[in-house]
Amino acid sequence: MRRTSLWIGAILVGINVAVALLTLVWLPYDPTAMAGGRLQPPSWAHWAGTDRLGRDYFTQVMIGARIALTVGIGAAALGGLIGTTLGVLSAFAQRGIDDALAATLDILIAFPTLLLAMLVVAASDGASLGTAILAIGIAMSAILARLVRILTKRVLAQDYITAARCSGLGWGRIVLVHVLPNIAPTVLVAIALQFGLAVIAEASLSYLGLGAPPPNASWGQLLQSAQSTVYNAPIGVIAPGLALMALVLGINFLADGLRDLLDPERGAA
Amino acid sequence: MSLISLRDVQFGYGGQPILHDVSLALEQGESLGILGESGSGKSTILRLMLGLARPDQGVVEADGSVLDIRSRPRMQAHRRFVQPVFQDPYTSLDPRMKVRRILTEPHVALDLPGDAGAEAARVLDAVGLPADSLDRYPRAFSGGQRQRIAIARALIARPRVLLADEPVSALDLATKVRVIELLTELARDITLVLVSHDIAIVAALCPRMIVLQQGRIVEGGATRHILRAPQHPYTQRLLASLQHMPEETP
Repeated sequence: MRRTSLWIGAILVGINVAVALLTLVWLPYDPTAMAGGRLQPPSWAHWAGTDRLGRDYFTQVMIGARIALTVGIGAAALGGLIGTTLGVLSAFAQRGIDDALAATLDILIAFPTLLLAMLVVAASDGASLGTAILAIGIAMSAILARLVRILTKRVLAQDYITAARCSGLGWGRIVLVHVLPNIAPTVLVAIALQFGLAVIAEASLSYLGLGAPPPNASWGQLLQSAQSTVYNAPIGVIAPGLALMALVLGINFLADGLRDLLDPERGAA
Repeated sequence: MSLISLRDVQFGYGGQPILHDVSLALEQGESLGILGESGSGKSTILRLMLGLARPDQGVVEADGSVLDIRSRPRMQAHRRFVQPVFQDPYTSLDPRMKVRRILTEPHVALDLPGDAGAEAARVLDAVGLPADSLDRYPRAFSGGQRQRIAIARALIARPRVLLADEPVSALDLATKVRVIELLTELARDITLVLVSHDIAIVAALCPRMIVLQQGRIVEGGATRHILRAPQHPYTQRLLASLQHMPEETP
């Protein structure tokens, strides 16, 4: 079953990655130009039909994959880096500092990602891919930091850490050699799950106009622009919605598969 | 000159006193058993001897000098001098490391002479495990075998003092006997400090013992004398409780 999850996840995510990479070198149509009549249904020429300006919808969904993955990878990398660093430091901090950090993380977690994104947008030059990555990354880092803090404390309480100290290893080396490898499986799965949430958060931000600005065809933006024609041309909502669902589902399956694969108690001796 | 000693040591956690005026000294080749109930401060004495904590008052001396845990060179030398074996073999080995890496880690970190791989094979042989164990993960071993690996890791630094904290209490009876036999053999060359709440284990391994009650040494001396004629009421109670326990059958 664990291999099935891994394979389904890898295939779904792999297709998205392949499509995103393909858009860098080739697109079926110019995403900003009219490619046919307005609101056309799916056909051999336009697999997902056209939007109300006659632009090819499939082309825009392909570009949406690139944006979703860019934000997902960027936010996961940023959140993972900040979250892991903060979490490990917090686990080593003295009681008062640790308590203060834990309280700050709790406040950040309670803070809605969309509100945080609005603050980030207000504090910067305007909505962009960068602000979306920053806002989602910060929100993600708080969740990951709290997880990493708990996991690190659990590992630090193990006798093999005391043995490592008695073997002459400094704390820096202990973190690199013992702590990070032992928390990595759980943290990687959490990052993968957060990646899926980041993709949804990016679509939400774009839907509200706080994500990548036009002409970047984010899935959230496509959903928003298709809202007014949903009864005449439902494919405008179905196509980006299915793409979004497939990517998030794929990431979750991949996370599940990874968790089982990386569990040391389940591997071969 | 004592090999390792505690002089008038007091120690507490967060204002809670754990040890009161504890003094003890070990000579070369003289194994010591530390007996006491849970929470009596036995493991804290080992932590102080390992240099993992600093006494609030008093001093710890090892190999002829005061142990200063803030001095890196002093502590590097101390790591080569004294090594621990822990109670739970399931938490004392990193599950993500192969046995080879577990055993060579102290050798590399302490910059010990000789080839790390050859030394790992030597200590593995000394604890009675086959050489192919080096390329396996801890999950491939039973509790007793894991404890042997933990003992091998402690031996790779060729320490003069081995501190064993309840080393057999998490093992089944048959495995317990085999590990005790191994420790008995090791105690011929290495000074063993054994923490236990099991009088039988202390009697089997240590010619000398101290009895700890609520952070104070209430009785100390030759193990056979204490077992034959305990002076302190606490020791008498401990021995009496042992006599009332049902006998274990192999």
